[in-house]
Amino acid sequence: MKQKQLTNQWVSLLLAIGSIVMLAPFVWTVSTSLKNQRLVFEIPPKWIPDPATFDNYVTAWNDSPLLNGFLNSIIIVIFVLGIGLLTSTMAAYAFAKIDFPFKDGLFLALLGTMMIPYSVVMIPQFIGFSEIDWVDSLLPLIVPGLFGNIVVVFFLRQYLAGGLPTELVEAAKLDGSGFFRTFWTIALPVAKPAIAAQAALSFMGIWNDFMGPLIYLHTPEKQTIQVLIASMQSQYMGSSNFPVIMAASIISMIPVILVFFFCQRYFIESLAISGLKG
Amino acid sequence: MKKRKPGYIRKEYAWAYLFVAAPVLGFLIFGVAPLLYSVWLSFTSWDLVTPPEFVGLDNYVEVFQDEKVYKSLYNTVFMMLGIPIGMVFALILAIMMNRPLKGISFYRTIYYLPVISPIIAVSLLWQWILNQDFGLLNQTLWNWFGIQGPNWLGNADWIKPSMILMGVWGGVGGTMVLYLAGLQSISTSYYEAAEVDGANAFQKLWKITIPLLTNIHFFVIVMGVIGAFQSFSQIYVLAGDGGPEYSAATVVFYIFENAFKYFNMGYASAIAWVLGLIIFIVTLIQFKLSKKWVYND
Repeated sequence: MKQKQLTNQWVSLLLAIGSIVMLAPFVWTVSTSLKNQRLVFEIPPKWIPDPATFDNYVTAWNDSPLLNGFLNSIIIVIFVLGIGLLTSTMAAYAFAKIDFPFKDGLFLALLGTMMIPYSVVMIPQFIGFSEIDWVDSLLPLIVPGLFGNIVVVFFLRQYLAGGLPTELVEAAKLDGSGFFRTFWTIALPVAKPAIAAQAALSFMGIWNDFMGPLIYLHTPEKQTIQVLIASMQSQYMGSSNFPVIMAASIISMIPVILVFFFCQRYFIESLAISGLKG
Repeated sequence: MKKRKPGYIRKEYAWAYLFVAAPVLGFLIFGVAPLLYSVWLSFTSWDLVTPPEFVGLDNYVEVFQDEKVYKSLYNTVFMMLGIPIGMVFALILAIMMNRPLKGISFYRTIYYLPVISPIIAVSLLWQWILNQDFGLLNQTLWNWFGIQGPNWLGNADWIKPSMILMGVWGGVGGTMVLYLAGLQSISTSYYEAAEVDGANAFQKLWKITIPLLTNIHFFVIVMGVIGAFQSFSQIYVLAGDGGPEYSAATVVFYIFENAFKYFNMGYASAIAWVLGLIIFIVTLIQFKLSKKWVYND
């Protein structure tokens, strides 16, 4: 018993040291963002800025249309999550609970898309979207997402297959409930926790996405927050203005970290579940 | 009765097709069509301005003679070293956390934080940490150990290890959560039996824990390799020109440069197809090999 306690204390100590290593880059970033440009090049570096200043945040916010960036990212998130999750859930319900011809073939074909690397389809997609003049608008980033996401369909299908009793669906049918109403009043509430988990993951994916927005969005006012932050680098790295770059990085991190803290359970659970299923 | 039933079923089929219509249409419009188009593109020379010109297999011949293709492929594979390194750290962390300790969920949050952070912000943060003269890493190396740190991002030999370091820091929390879930599914009776037989902690780790987590090792390796083959964003931020002597450029970075910097749409498509084929074959081999070592109950 004594030995077990001692081991636990050692483990706690190691975990604490490890978490300091993990956190140090974040703390260092915050510290840098509060320094003026002279303090940054002090040797040895100081962790607590003296004097501390918020000027870098003001500069970052004023020099780049970050508000537009936030709004653009949020618009993409709202449409893709709002509609894309619904279409994914509907498909998942049909694949999980309804028998129809070619069901397995269709599902396998959809799963096959997971094998296609983005780099193969990004060029033809870009050419297609430029043919219809959608380049430099949010549409190429929103519209494909409205059709649902096969990873989400797969995950929700597994969840509904196990979590939604077929008798319940049959009983609803016998009571005269229509197809859509059965889905809406019976399947959707059952799938809710799984949808929430997928929403949390999708939010993170969309918010942090970079390559798609980089390819399609060229005017600064139309860019997402990630593309704006990345382009600030070229603007300030020349003058080694690290404090402004760090301030901008933190601004871009805040929403995703807030969402993470409020929905942490969903993030970690869904990752663990989807990982084991794979 | 008999007449009504088929109609009712047909109606249900119609509804089911309606429900799966969106992903299937999406699959056709944004999956199949671009895929076919991309095959054709890879046999053309096209700069988006002048009309595309059919060049047969020229692009593919060029891919196999292009030094930059080999170099970027080598860089991409080199950076996969981060996968086993990350797995070792993640497993150690998961084993440590799989104990009834105080503050476990707090630690879990901290180790997971880099996983959810935007890769652009994370890359910028590391650019500053890895700064040769004033970065946190070299300052710490010098002040604590008296070691003169290298020019991490400015040196052809050090830029790939820099990327690996950043990748391990950013990904270890995610792998750890997977291992933690795996550890919790291992029945304690294995360990009890081993203890009766007098096994020590190392034997239990080597003979029970690690073999019983093979499905997770497999998942982490497969997903890690696929992800590494497609890494782009951190290279774009930390080595916008591909790094010194092109030593940080990944294949996707090279495809991006060809497509959206030089507008060689045909050539870029050909490289993309070669990459797609490599990913497919490597994944297929991994699944074949998995039958030999992955334990599934």
